Amino acid sequence: MAVIDLANPTRFLNVVDRVLPWLAGVTALVFAYGLYRVLGAPDDYQQGATVKIMFLHVPAAWLGMMGWGVMTMAALGTLVWRHPLADVAGKSAAPIGAAFTFICLVTGSLWGRPTWGTYWVWDARLTSVLVLFLLYLGMLALYWTAEDPNRSARAAAILALVGAVNIPIIKFSVDWWNTLHQPASIMRAGGAAIDASILIPLLIMALAFTLLFFTLHFATMRNEILRRRVRSMRMMQARSA
Amino acid sequence: MISLGPHADFIVASYAVTALVVAALIAWIATDYSAQKRVLADLEQRGVTRRSKRGDGDAP
Repeated sequence: MAVIDLANPTRFLNVVDRVLPWLAGVTALVFAYGLYRVLGAPDDYQQGATVKIMFLHVPAAWLGMMGWGVMTMAALGTLVWRHPLADVAGKSAAPIGAAFTFICLVTGSLWGRPTWGTYWVWDARLTSVLVLFLLYLGMLALYWTAEDPNRSARAAAILALVGAVNIPIIKFSVDWWNTLHQPASIMRAGGAAIDASILIPLLIMALAFTLLFFTLHFATMRNEILRRRVRSMRMMQARSA
Repeated sequence: MISLGPHADFIVASYAVTALVVAALIAWIATDYSAQKRVLADLEQRGVTRRSKRGDGDAP
């Protein structure tokens, strides 16, 4: 089967029904191994055991941004090719991205209190991530208040493209402004600044979170396709009544 | 038993919040899936079919 065939909703549902149990199983296994490695990871020489919060905070931050990236790609699919599955993908990514961004904000706040002495500061990194979360809430409000998914699709796609400007701002905020938040220590020129004993568990947890994102995304896409079928059948029923 | 040091509450709270949010997300998705399947089965039982099922196409 060619990849393009997956753009057909019925074929997509068939593939998801077959793949989802395996994907969920692999996700659970990688999470179990990741948590095992987290338990064995040493404390940081400065932060002590609070470094264990990083294994949740950093992957959640990456996936909060990736969620918006998925929505941006889907927005292009909606606006350029007007494919209904693109809007399904965008709409389905919004609650998952919002959840990961929420986890990022809460765990960051809980990490900040013992490390910085405060739960929150209005520095560029924290504020731009809060803006991302508010954009997600706006996107969810747009989707959940619209009765006709075809009419909300275009507005949501435009909001996704406008909001995408915030992603490089989040990434480079620690370089462009003087922030309390530390600069990049993994994806940076010269390689990661973290010891392998902490970096490897972090990368395994990042893989587990990424697999979780796609498992949940496929499941929400399946729900959204079924919801649109229900809507279309109810309209057929109303017309024939 | 591993030692989480003097800030154990913050570490435990972080893992608890993450587990709670992920569990809530999974529960919402599973409930939504059951609800959509139930409504679809009910509509099909009443003889309502999608336009694409009558023809050759496959609309969502």
